[in-house]
Amino acid sequence: MGFLSIFYALLFYLAAGLLVVGVGSKIVQYARTPAPLKIPTTPAPTTRRGVVLRIGGEVVLFTSLFKSNKWIWLFGWIFHFSLLLILLRHLRYFTQPVWWWVALIQPFGKYAAFGMLFGLAGLWARRFLVDRVRYISSPSDHLMLALLVAIAGSGLLMTYFFHTDIVGLKAFVLGLLYLDWQPLPPDPMLIIHLSLVLALMIVFPFSKLLHVPGLFFSPTRNQVDNPREKRHVTPWATDASPTSGN
Amino acid sequence: MANFQTPEITEYPVIPLLQEGVMKHSKPYMAAPKHQEALGFPGGLVDNWKEVAIDKMGELLTKYRSLPVFLDSCVKCGACTDKCHYYLGTSDPKNMPVARQDLLRKVYRRYFTVAGKYFPKLVGAVDLTEEVLDDWYSYYHQCSECRRCSVYCPYGIDTAEITMAGREILACVGKGQKYSNEIISKVFVIGNNLGLPEPALKDTLEGLEEEVKEDTGIDVRFPLDEKGAEVLLITPSADFFAEPHVDGLIGYAKVFHQAGISWTLSSYASEAANFGIFIGDYDNMKRVAMRIREAALDLGVKRIIVGECGHAWRVAYSFWNTLIGPFDFLDPRYPAPQHICEFTYDLIKRGALTLDKSANDHRVVTFHDSCNVARGSRMGDMPGGQFVIPREIIKAVCNNFHDMDADTIGEGTFCCGGGGGLLTDDLMEVRVKGALPRMQALKHVVQEHGVTHMAAICAICKSQFSKVLPYYGFTMDQIIAVHQLVGDALVMGPKQ
Repeated sequence: MGFLSIFYALLFYLAAGLLVVGVGSKIVQYARTPAPLKIPTTPAPTTRRGVVLRIGGEVVLFTSLFKSNKWIWLFGWIFHFSLLLILLRHLRYFTQPVWWWVALIQPFGKYAAFGMLFGLAGLWARRFLVDRVRYISSPSDHLMLALLVAIAGSGLLMTYFFHTDIVGLKAFVLGLLYLDWQPLPPDPMLIIHLSLVLALMIVFPFSKLLHVPGLFFSPTRNQVDNPREKRHVTPWATDASPTSGN
Repeated sequence: MANFQTPEITEYPVIPLLQEGVMKHSKPYMAAPKHQEALGFPGGLVDNWKEVAIDKMGELLTKYRSLPVFLDSCVKCGACTDKCHYYLGTSDPKNMPVARQDLLRKVYRRYFTVAGKYFPKLVGAVDLTEEVLDDWYSYYHQCSECRRCSVYCPYGIDTAEITMAGREILACVGKGQKYSNEIISKVFVIGNNLGLPEPALKDTLEGLEEEVKEDTGIDVRFPLDEKGAEVLLITPSADFFAEPHVDGLIGYAKVFHQAGISWTLSSYASEAANFGIFIGDYDNMKRVAMRIREAALDLGVKRIIVGECGHAWRVAYSFWNTLIGPFDFLDPRYPAPQHICEFTYDLIKRGALTLDKSANDHRVVTFHDSCNVARGSRMGDMPGGQFVIPREIIKAVCNNFHDMDADTIGEGTFCCGGGGGLLTDDLMEVRVKGALPRMQALKHVVQEHGVTHMAAICAICKSQFSKVLPYYGFTMDQIIAVHQLVGDALVMGPKQ
């Protein structure tokens, strides 16, 4: 157990803790903040079931984005779907024995890294090529893309050029999960890849990545359009309940 | 008035290249101290405005979930950048929804987020300075709160919510807008936006009775303050005299007459529009709305019907039950409130009205979906009923109807350019430029289908188009009320 292994083990706990506590506290903040008025963007579903379908459509198919801009939709959806496949594929480092469906998606997950790079490249290109998008981009928007590109790139390099000691890596990861620390294979590309992923986990709760929980709390999307049928009241505005006229 | 050039209508819609700062000079007049104070705001800019503004922002962040969620969630994807009619008409980048939000978001980041506190340059966070406050005053008064951007945002981020917060903070530091705040104080004192007192209102309504009698030979009543009437009609005060609004009011009266349903207006609540929504202030919005409940109880009506007014219908449909409900004293067989179009459509469906479509044969009609009806409210019992019902009414009373391009109507409708508290002469430039996308779509159906008239169901749309149409080579009388079409086609007298 060298210094490197201990350092990364601790960093992993720190990053995971920050991610869970940071995003968790944002979720708590969103959930606790009242939405005093009904503001769904219409045409909105009139039932709770309809709302679930609406949000589901946004999460899975990016329906609103599809309506707004086909290029952003294409690049954005390919990036996110690839990322999902890649994340699921990585479950094989966290499970023993590996779940059957994780094994099943391995080949797709491997190629998804190219999809992720393709999507990110398209999204990034827009930040240079479209004057409107260039105008609204701040350094953090570029950095976020750079971070994701570097993660995908380092992952791909490991898959195809600088193979790492997968068995050793898995032992390290399982060791973290079961609090039985194991050494981390000291491969430079692996160290780079892991460092970037840990950085992403750490910045998550402080960045625009909050769009992930935000989407579920967006009142224009998650409210049922039934204000005439059901009275919508909020604690800070409860005195808006008059019993008589003038 | 500002000297400006009316944008040219091109053959196809064009997304303009950015011209930074071209609309920075556009600012409405500031509210006078007495109008500020009537609404509970300070008369002029307070000394510790920065502190007050940040405190207010902090307060709003805990009162409205939309704010923290919308301010945190934006990823600057750019999907909204070409969706705002003010951006399309002015090419000022701060009229792109994301940039308009960023005026507030930058300050939010600086004072309320870890990233903005420690790495402001990295995430585009800035201190609240006088320049930022000036930008708020300019650009939050170049938003009509039409919510078109919220349709296209992958997270449903609604710039109207941000604009309302921006304006509320401005009002709280003493920088209120003259037009909206003066109108709200008139509502409190006199009962309507126009400051029309009861005797004048009564006189106007009597004049209308005479006019309709001359035209049709029938005694159609325009009742005011009649206790025990079945229906209380709440309509924008522009309906009492402005063109083309008043023809809409005549249309409602004829429909009530033919349906044999007793109705009344209220001199105490002779205004449907609720400018409280424009300034984002919950208390003022509630106070304006409360007059409706009081009038309904006082007059002992069984139903409340809202006339042709866009933001008014949004407030009525979406907020009244929350603000001034429950409406358990009304007849539960009808929705409370009900839109005049729902009422008329129901009568048409039941065959209760005799209609002569040929009366509108000299018109070829298109329909302008008013923004707040389209994206903030509903009619009937199915999603999207607000698009179907007015069109079905028009088709029932007109032989010639053609919709404008699909991506400029329905939920994607373009605002008239005058909503959200911008319907004032000091903002004429942004109003004219903001109307460009709608004018473009109108021109298309005029050329393709020989459309002569554009019907609308909002007082602001009607006023705005009357003023703006001539800038684009149309005539001001090409905008008409849906209920004028109904009134013209309605065969009066005993049912045949």
